[in-house]
Amino acid sequence: MKRRTLLTAAAASALALGAAFPSFAADPVKVGFIYVGPKNDGGWSQHHHEAAMVMAEHFGDAVEIVEQESVPEGPDAERVMTQMALSGADIIFTTSFGYMDQTINVAAKFPDVKFEHATGYKTAPNVGVYSARFYEGRAVEGYLAGHMTKSNKIGYIGSFPIPEVIRGINSSFLHAKKENPDVEMSVVWLNTWFDPAKEADAAQAMIDQGIDVVLQHTDSTAPQITAQKAGNVYTFGQAADMAEFGPMPRISSIIDEWAPYYIERVQAVIDGTWESDNTWDGIGAGMVGIGEISSAVPADVKAGAEALTASISSGEYHPFTGPINKQDGSVWLAEGEVADDGTLAGMNFYIEGLTGEIPQ
Amino acid sequence: MDFGSINPVVLLASLMVASTPILLAALGEMVTEKSGVLNLGVEGMMIFGAVCGFIAAIETQSPTMGFVAAAAGGAALSMLFGLLTQIFLTTQVPAGLALTLLGTGLASLLGQNYQGMSPPRMPDMNIPVLENIPVIGPVIFQHDAIVYLSLIMVVVIWAFLKFTRAGLILRAVGENHTAAHALGYKVKAVRFAAIGFGGAMAGLGGAYISLVRVPQWTDGITAGIGWIALAIVVFASWRAGRVLIGAYLFGGITVLQLNLQAAGAKVPVELLSMSPFLATILVLVVISARRHGATSAPAMLGRIFHTS
Repeated sequence: MKRRTLLTAAAASALALGAAFPSFAADPVKVGFIYVGPKNDGGWSQHHHEAAMVMAEHFGDAVEIVEQESVPEGPDAERVMTQMALSGADIIFTTSFGYMDQTINVAAKFPDVKFEHATGYKTAPNVGVYSARFYEGRAVEGYLAGHMTKSNKIGYIGSFPIPEVIRGINSSFLHAKKENPDVEMSVVWLNTWFDPAKEADAAQAMIDQGIDVVLQHTDSTAPQITAQKAGNVYTFGQAADMAEFGPMPRISSIIDEWAPYYIERVQAVIDGTWESDNTWDGIGAGMVGIGEISSAVPADVKAGAEALTASISSGEYHPFTGPINKQDGSVWLAEGEVADDGTLAGMNFYIEGLTGEIPQ
Repeated sequence: MDFGSINPVVLLASLMVASTPILLAALGEMVTEKSGVLNLGVEGMMIFGAVCGFIAAIETQSPTMGFVAAAAGGAALSMLFGLLTQIFLTTQVPAGLALTLLGTGLASLLGQNYQGMSPPRMPDMNIPVLENIPVIGPVIFQHDAIVYLSLIMVVVIWAFLKFTRAGLILRAVGENHTAAHALGYKVKAVRFAAIGFGGAMAGLGGAYISLVRVPQWTDGITAGIGWIALAIVVFASWRAGRVLIGAYLFGGITVLQLNLQAAGAKVPVELLSMSPFLATILVLVVISARRHGATSAPAMLGRIFHTS
């Protein structure tokens, strides 16, 4: 009996201490990150990882980072998330579209753990989603591609036929076509986010077909190297700046800026003010960055691209402004009409002028 | 189907590049299996070879040294498998799977500091006179040395297994190790040699990806090619010529389907994406169904041999 009272007393005083000095007793907030590729892929996953590191540095000892890389999109992801939640993670960032359903499933089992899913659209009381308006950056890429192509053939290496990728294809094609009405775009679907050999083969196939501007929605730098070997082919950095391939073939890039968002959300967990959100920011809010336009681009084209970036950034121009028809010729947006976020979030159709079908 | 805009010459040339890693690895595995050893670690040895070759090529600035190091690395890793299965008599299937896991992890560890670097370029070795033949010239005679090496190896391995005494011994060990042992052949030594050869070839195949085809180093760069190579050996019913057909078919259709997509062919992408697997299996099954069937597997494949 004595021992038990002693234990109770000790526990009570510990509790009291904890209440009195929360800053001493509080464990560091444990933050989990799950990446679809290796965290040094040179693109998407690496950029999430680097943002996580910036966030960790910002908070110092107040946070503890757990990372898991190369997690396949499927049942395996659910296992990894469960493991992280069980080992005491307070907030878990799942950084690929394909983790969407798994995130929702696991979140239902751990109501006290916060989840943040990148580029998805399903939310729950403890699941927030965040994404960047990459299509704003794609518009700038399309503008440059339309000007730079000599063969009037542009290639787009697609990963999975999901709205995020389709938006990118539509946006880049729309703006390439605006600058150069003769332009044609070929899309090659690879059904992978990261497979350097396949990406290199796809880029090579495009170059063999006379394509001289290659846009990519996959994460490795292999297409850049293939283009470099071929010579007169232009590419764009994806997710990361990929500046090491400039000024040729890489003439610009879309850079994801996740660090400010990570800092903001982890701060919210620390403060206890975290709520499920649906963040979708673009160039204006600084979530999408446009990499330095290289010297291979003529000055007037560069100026035009920068003006386009500025007008998107200020909100003056929306990349999807009518008139825009769907692929079958039916009207999507009338003159001056602007696409609403709902349609964009679920975009599953090509715009007029694109050939081929979207795999369903 | 619209093939009009696809230039067959260009297609054939890139087909050979895309197929070479599979061909090298599959040839090596075929020799290993012919000696009665089933090494499922091809993927691991490939990626280990890829990273060894990459590091050596960067450090020495010589692609040749890279390939030498890749072969050595692949062989060294396969010796571990040899040690486990021939000396400690562990079962070959899990040992091979473990080799893949180990190779992948080890390669990732070694490659940490080599991300984003560019290896020295492998020079093309155009064969004089022949390269100027219209159509065939650019397809067959304007490649790097490893492509030629892989083709020469097809002939060498075929001749070795069919005509030489050493090849006969290797096959004897694979068909009936007890009898071979009774005749006084060193079963374990033969198998070690075959395993080492398989490892070296897998290493070369891996390095071809990291030094020529992609060329850079990233984790998981072989992306399952090793497993395809394994499957091709089986479907090719352990014959060098059919391994060549299988590897070129698989590589060729992979390239063709990407070209078709880029050329805007009106074929569903799902169908195109699975076509390399479908076509390769179909063709090789049809070829091997004509005679003998699937009985051509080495009789001792995967069996443990111990002298007692």
